[in-house]
Amino acid sequence: MSPEHGVAAATALTNYVFPNDIHVHWSLMIVLYPYITGIVAGAFIVSSLYHVFHIESLKPVSRYALVFALAFVAFATAPLLNHLGHPERAMSMMLTPNPTSAMAGFGYIYSAYSIVLILEILFIYRPTLVALKQTATGFKRKLYGMLTLGSDNVSEKSLALDHKIIAFLAAIGIPMACTLHGYVGFIFGGVKANPMWATPLMPVIFLLSASVSGIAGIIFSYVLIKTFTGRFIDMDCVRTLIKFLWGCFILDFVFEMLELFSHAYMATHHWEALRDLYFGPLYSTFWIAQVGVFSVIPFVALGILSLVKLPDGVVKFFGSLISLMILVQVLLMRWNVVIGGQLMSKSERGHTVFRPEWFEKEGIMVSIVIMLLPIIFLYILSKVFPFWLDDEPAVEKQSA
Amino acid sequence: MIRAIEKEISQDRRAFIKKVLGGTIAGSLLLVIPAGAVDLTGIPEQIPGMRGDTAPFITKKKFAFIVDITRCIGCGSCCVADKNEYKVPDGMYRTWVERYVIDDEDNVYVDSPNGGLDGYQEPREDIPHPTRDTFFVPKLCNMCEHPSCVQVCPVGATYQTEDGFVLVDSKRCVACGYCVQACPYSVRFINPETKTADKCTWCYHRVRKGLLPACVNVCPVQARKFGDLNDKDSEVYNILHQPHVVSVLKPGMGNKPALHYVGLRREVV
Ligand code: SF4
Ligand code: SF4
Repeated sequence: MSPEHGVAAATALTNYVFPNDIHVHWSLMIVLYPYITGIVAGAFIVSSLYHVFHIESLKPVSRYALVFALAFVAFATAPLLNHLGHPERAMSMMLTPNPTSAMAGFGYIYSAYSIVLILEILFIYRPTLVALKQTATGFKRKLYGMLTLGSDNVSEKSLALDHKIIAFLAAIGIPMACTLHGYVGFIFGGVKANPMWATPLMPVIFLLSASVSGIAGIIFSYVLIKTFTGRFIDMDCVRTLIKFLWGCFILDFVFEMLELFSHAYMATHHWEALRDLYFGPLYSTFWIAQVGVFSVIPFVALGILSLVKLPDGVVKFFGSLISLMILVQVLLMRWNVVIGGQLMSKSERGHTVFRPEWFEKEGIMVSIVIMLLPIIFLYILSKVFPFWLDDEPAVEKQSA
Repeated sequence: MIRAIEKEISQDRRAFIKKVLGGTIAGSLLLVIPAGAVDLTGIPEQIPGMRGDTAPFITKKKFAFIVDITRCIGCGSCCVADKNEYKVPDGMYRTWVERYVIDDEDNVYVDSPNGGLDGYQEPREDIPHPTRDTFFVPKLCNMCEHPSCVQVCPVGATYQTEDGFVLVDSKRCVACGYCVQACPYSVRFINPETKTADKCTWCYHRVRKGLLPACVNVCPVQARKFGDLNDKDSEVYNILHQPHVVSVLKPGMGNKPALHYVGLRREVV
């Protein structure tokens, strides 16, 4: 008899869910919300590795990563707004916030971070945009005029100043990106009523999984876009990204397991309910999918890709495949935390079930659309902000 | 800034409470009477000294709710009264009654089909061992002194009145559901009709009129008691100040409920 079945038999009789816990209140939208913000935070960190920590090999993706982050940050609140029963009142969270609420600060952190991100992109792209403006006509010329912040000055002196501003924005951007996502973890970690969420490790795990999903998103999309547009792929950059992905994923996976292990080891009165949950309704999405397939395989594969000298083609193919697996792993992790945490009733005597529908307000179709929006937006952004340095138009140097 | 906002919110609430007192907002009991002056003559005051109090908050009273587990017979009258008083949508519960069965191997079996709304007419047949103990536990909002729901609400829609009630301002609630997650007792839900958070209010609108909460009013065996702890003659005062087996739910949560249970067994969560 598998542990799953043993537990199922034992709980069939004693399974008691508080009547108001039968319904899962935070559904797919709240799974997507930390997923999208995580990708944003992770992508930003990739760019900062170059701009702040001067990891030169990441230069080819350094500005792409920022535009990628922008594409996702633009839709980070979409699932939230769709989830709210009264989205028309959403602004009260920022206008009349309750200072003791762990949720009220999100609007501020999110807005501040978005502003820093947009400013950084505009400054990094300024010389490029100035050059593009010179060749553009009509609407595009007006658009570039706006985006260059009205200054066509690309003298060395002015570029040096830009550089300082960029370094500053990137530097404050890192703690902000970390806060943004650590904070999302805290929204869950601060719910003392839920023994699965209420752990100080929650912000840490959320932050690590954010980094992982952001780096994986960059690798996957970089290789994919470059391959489909038939352009040169900088393998040194891909290899460096894979090493960072491996490093972050080691920490991420180890912390995820440690968290569960400490619950099991301390075996407080909560553990019985948590065990029933992990070996009951979460057995397939947690143990089989998240841990078994999408963590263990990438864990080993990333080690091999990082340590063994393999041909470029192999690194390219498996690097992007494993990145895709990591993206699924993080999505599963969000599911298991957000939905899993609610499956367990606060009676700690049983759990409920949750099956998302395809066509409901917060259903699967809407989730797919919400996940497609940033990708479409990224495509639109690519028309304005050239991702790759080899697309760079020649900048007419001016004298100071 | 925050001070000013708080002031504005509190003014809103005062206005709201004045309306409750004036009778323009009320539950079903008062809806049968035309809005405006509510004529309560002939309906005796059930909570002494309430009718004269027209201040926005009842600061001279400290209310407590006591559930006597040793008395409850699981008839479900309280649940019916509650559902009627508030038109609670099916599948959501402002109050409910749980049935506990403990067998001689110390296994605990709990159920609450339809929240106990239909009463417990039939005994449970699926218990494999002889039964050692069985009892009913009514549940409702604990009106915590340190309410998690108030702490987490991002817009201050859930608030604690100066008289100790925890209420929801349905004009402010964005239905984020954070309070639903945060309440350790799972007494909250998102009302699908109003699309806002909802929960037991201890019948605030009745209490302000000197009437007992609807569930207390209908309980045939006085398992539900409500009163003022500052009134030394009240039943609740006497229960809490005399040797009784009294406890609260999940004391480890630190919420300090104002809802107390007489005869609470350790098996109850
Ligand atoms: S029992 Fe729940 S809803 Fe009631 S005051 Fe306490 S935390 Fe809030
Ligand atoms: S659902 Fe309403 S009352 Fe509850 S936390 Fe959200 S805004 Fe506040």
